[in-house]
Amino acid sequence: MTDTGIGAPVRRKEDFRFLTGKGHYTDDINRPGQTYAYFVRSPHAHAKIKKVDTKAALASPGVVAIFTGADLAAAKVGSLICGWAIKSRDGSPHKAPPHPPMAVDTVRHVGDHVAVVIAETYAQAKDGAEKVAVDYALMPAVVSVSDAIGAKAPQIHADVPKNLCFDWELGDKAKTDEGFAKAAHVAKLDLVNNRLIPNAMEPRAAIGEYDSGSDSHTCYVTSQNPHLLKLIFCAFVLGLPEHKVRVVAPDVGGGFGSKIFCYTEETVVTWAAKHVGRPIKWTAERSESFQSDAHGRDHVTHAELALDKDGKFLGLRVETLANMGAYLSSFATAVPTYLYAPLLCGQYATPAVYCNVKAIFTNTAPVDAYRGAGRPEATFVLERIIDVAAREMKIDPAELRRKNFISPSAFPYQTPILLQYDSGNYGVSLDKALQMIDYKNFGKRRAESEGRGKLRGIGLSSYIEACGIAPSAAAGALGAGVGGWESGQVRFNPTGSVFVFTGSHSHGQGHETTFAQLVSPRLGVPIENIEVVHGDTAKVPFGMGTYGSRSLAVGGPALVRACDKIVAKGKKIAAHLMEAAVEDVEFAAGNFKVSGTDKNVSIAQVAFAAYVPHNYPADVEPGLDETAFYDPLNFTFPAGTHIAEVEIDPDTGITKIVDWVAVDDFGKVINPMIVEGQVHGGIAQGVGQALLEACVYDKETGQLVTGSYNDYCMPRADDLPSYKIATTETACTHNSLGVKGCGEAGAIAAPPALINAIVNALGVAHIDMPATPEKVWRAAQQSKNKLAAE
Amino acid sequence: MPTVSMTVNGKSVSRDVETRTLLVQYIREHLGLTGTHVGCDTSQCGACVVHIDGRSVKSCTVLAVQLQGAQVTTIEGLAKDGKLHPMQEAFREHHGLQCGFCTPGMVMSAIDLVKRNPNASEETIRHGLEGNICRCTGYHNIVKAIQAAAPHIK
Amino acid sequence: MYNFDYHRPSSLGEAAKLLTGEAKLLAGGQTLLPTLKQRLAQPSALIDLAGIAELKGIKASGSIISIGATTRHVEVATSADVKKAIPALADLAGDIGDPQVRNMGTIGGSLANNDPAADYPAAALGLNATINTNKRAIPADAFFKGMFETALEDGEIITRIDFPVPQKAAYMKFDNPASRYAIVGVFVAQTKDGVRVAVTGAGPCVFRWSDAEKALAGNFSAASVEKLKASSKGLNADIHASADYRAHLIGVMAKRAVAAAR
Repeated sequence: MTDTGIGAPVRRKEDFRFLTGKGHYTDDINRPGQTYAYFVRSPHAHAKIKKVDTKAALASPGVVAIFTGADLAAAKVGSLICGWAIKSRDGSPHKAPPHPPMAVDTVRHVGDHVAVVIAETYAQAKDGAEKVAVDYALMPAVVSVSDAIGAKAPQIHADVPKNLCFDWELGDKAKTDEGFAKAAHVAKLDLVNNRLIPNAMEPRAAIGEYDSGSDSHTCYVTSQNPHLLKLIFCAFVLGLPEHKVRVVAPDVGGGFGSKIFCYTEETVVTWAAKHVGRPIKWTAERSESFQSDAHGRDHVTHAELALDKDGKFLGLRVETLANMGAYLSSFATAVPTYLYAPLLCGQYATPAVYCNVKAIFTNTAPVDAYRGAGRPEATFVLERIIDVAAREMKIDPAELRRKNFISPSAFPYQTPILLQYDSGNYGVSLDKALQMIDYKNFGKRRAESEGRGKLRGIGLSSYIEACGIAPSAAAGALGAGVGGWESGQVRFNPTGSVFVFTGSHSHGQGHETTFAQLVSPRLGVPIENIEVVHGDTAKVPFGMGTYGSRSLAVGGPALVRACDKIVAKGKKIAAHLMEAAVEDVEFAAGNFKVSGTDKNVSIAQVAFAAYVPHNYPADVEPGLDETAFYDPLNFTFPAGTHIAEVEIDPDTGITKIVDWVAVDDFGKVINPMIVEGQVHGGIAQGVGQALLEACVYDKETGQLVTGSYNDYCMPRADDLPSYKIATTETACTHNSLGVKGCGEAGAIAAPPALINAIVNALGVAHIDMPATPEKVWRAAQQSKNKLAAE
Repeated sequence: MPTVSMTVNGKSVSRDVETRTLLVQYIREHLGLTGTHVGCDTSQCGACVVHIDGRSVKSCTVLAVQLQGAQVTTIEGLAKDGKLHPMQEAFREHHGLQCGFCTPGMVMSAIDLVKRNPNASEETIRHGLEGNICRCTGYHNIVKAIQAAAPHIK
Repeated sequence: MYNFDYHRPSSLGEAAKLLTGEAKLLAGGQTLLPTLKQRLAQPSALIDLAGIAELKGIKASGSIISIGATTRHVEVATSADVKKAIPALADLAGDIGDPQVRNMGTIGGSLANNDPAADYPAAALGLNATINTNKRAIPADAFFKGMFETALEDGEIITRIDFPVPQKAAYMKFDNPASRYAIVGVFVAQTKDGVRVAVTGAGPCVFRWSDAEKALAGNFSAASVEKLKASSKGLNADIHASADYRAHLIGVMAKRAVAAAR
């Protein structure tokens, strides 16, 4: 390993600009003649729009134009789409009610878009928006899935009876029932996977611009996948020709899923820029983000696990109600189905699993992928019910897991629910984690805590996730509307430096470093001479963007292929330059060499010859610039064990995380520093879900109660511990790098580890997330009273 | 519109602005220094922290007109001659940033923190970051970076 | 934010003259500016008190710590005089909001605003402070009138707050995990005139917990409040804490404050 090679903790190339305030985020960009947009949003959860009066607003100082939902409809702006088709149990397609970018006659959640005011300054746009008079006729609202399926629930969309988007299933029900029939013990659990608001620190923003000279549109936007956004604009919503649209996602300040989707705001400013004849900038205030970013999670689940007398799993049954919000966001239907249920086997050789998911519309913001997307929900169900079973059967939770792990010799392992795991060795990660946290001496630590009046608990989570989204044919067969491949392009400049273009997008993941690190040893070019370019549809080949821990697992092999093509072509050029046969040319460390001789030319010389082809092979094209596409053969399956140790103050209910161990198998690791950072961040978000964060809508009014950081509790530095991180390695068997992906692991593993630790400390069966001090205090009181009674 | 003059990163600047102009708007929109970010509208996230007369302050919660004659330092004013400030260098070395959006405010807060608490414990550092929210790093490496930088900052 | 006129008077008299109609005083701005940003208020003018020298600074005399209204939280938290005379007050100031809020926010602003979850009202009431204005001196017991309501009249400006030095005191706060305001904060002080226990965060306005004061008057020890239960009647309830839980926390925080008092 060199200082910058694969496996080295190379310091990030992108950091200098971020640390010196020289990043270019969307809101940092200003275009000549720019105007500003502010959206009029519904203050009501559910209402008919009787009238929108814009007269006073149009007269407000600085206001340039106002558009309403009716204006967009008249201009034939299409519906925002959901790109994954789900079939219900009865074979019918999922209900896809219209999702106009701005409401035409009905608003369906607080924050729903009613009109846009465009003005000379941001303040004037906001001033104008206050003067837009909207006459609403209020309708009853429903915010929870349990309420929305009730007989008396208001119907949110005309063509969606009972608010049921789909009723879907996965797994062999009869075989699962057989498992339960044989069971010596059945563990049961009702749980809620709490609704979250993603809260990337950079609020969403977009600038729409139209060039009448070329009849072309440009949209600068906070997107995780600019190409996909462009495709949705062109093919579905705005009907623009693809060659006349450029989408630029510059530096993006975090996404966590929330910036995958095609939202109203970028759609409207892109459309309106042509009508206004000037660029239009919109930047969300955080309050708007709370109301209108796609939220995450929000499941209500009943699960049952069948075990034999020795604790072997015989079957798992899961019934889930999933909240879709008021409209279907871009990938909403995939999250509680194919990103969820197939993960219910976890690391275990459970012979049969059956899962039924009902997706429900409510008067809340749309729900879509948020870090982990379906996989945290599945892992929470599984890792919690295993602990419930362990407690009831008086088996050590670590042993119960180990007993049911898929054997390392069983790979490739076909689960009963679609997925085929390519590699893994789960016991190794578990053992390492147990040793790192000193599991066997936990009892001593618990006694010591008790001596100080504190309750100590320990909890495990042995998670798996399916990453590297996605093999196109498989995804297509399951309903995906797009492919799952990725592109990569490697371009030598005449003087020997290299551009690397990727269709994935970095918004914190450090691609500019990792991809340079990947390419550098393959081409023998120093890392500082490699520039990674992403995020601009006018510069990079079509790509699918970044989500689902896919960038390296899918985008990486594409770059490897592009490098291979460069080397193959370089060999022909080098052979010509050295007057040797192509088959005698070897390439290593940036040099082409004639085997068995000391004749060599550098790749820089070859690149120069390719662009200044004075002495050049006749049958080879000039230039050294190769593009490759890679469609993965399978998902990748990172897995590992996290262990949380907590100490609870029973007087206040405050939970302090006293230790955290994460042992993850991500396959091959390119940059361990970046990987650890991803794990840290994922755990923090998982801890946030388990302890602090909850999106709350008022049950009666549908108002968003947690509409700012005053009420939505973001994890701060003093809420979190330092983490002990380690990795184990079983290489991915089906990609050229052996990599699996690491972006979501922490967020998937952490919630059950923490809740398992808390219930372990309290001696209760379950506690819902977030385990706030009040909930924990109440549980501690109950537990104490129960003990006193016994 | 009042004329507001102050010193930003060692340079005298003067702009005519509406009274309602926040310092962060003055910096970003009027001076074009876009390193200072806005991550919330309730004065909590800390992405906008700058130094006013040597103290860390949320630039979204102070009016430009209040700062007539003040000395303001933003993230752009830290590196000298292309050399990173020790806190910036420590964030780079310890991977204390990912998406980079909270980073300017985090770095400015961190400098004030260690100046006031030269021997800060991990707990003090974590508590001292109460006014800065990061969604990417889980704070682990931010804390490490601040610990590492502390001895190099006076 | 709506536009407004901005004034920066250099004397108290000038400030008082400007304080008419819909004009508002601007001290540290850490509550006022977020409120204006949300367009929840539309003052005609802001009168910035930062230019008035007599409102600044901390003065210690044997039995009184006198703090100027525009003294920032950070100054109180780090003042050698305050730390020596009333460490509980320095501790409280050092845990308000976050460091950036403490670098701007002022004691006068906090007291005049009287947020039900603010910290300073607990210290003022717990220490039986005197709130001096440009017109009169108001004892803390008469100052805090209700949620965001004080005894301040139109045109009245807080100038200094005089804190009698107690024998011992402590403040314990249970933070709202999101906003970092107090869900419950209890300030306990043992003074030559008796014991005072002031509770913030729990109710619509800071209040004294008389049962605890009585119990502690006889014996100033944590054991004296161990068995006391605060009533949950009239306490705040929100997504972070029910009234019952707040009532419970009053007891826990009071006990811990007594134990920590110095």
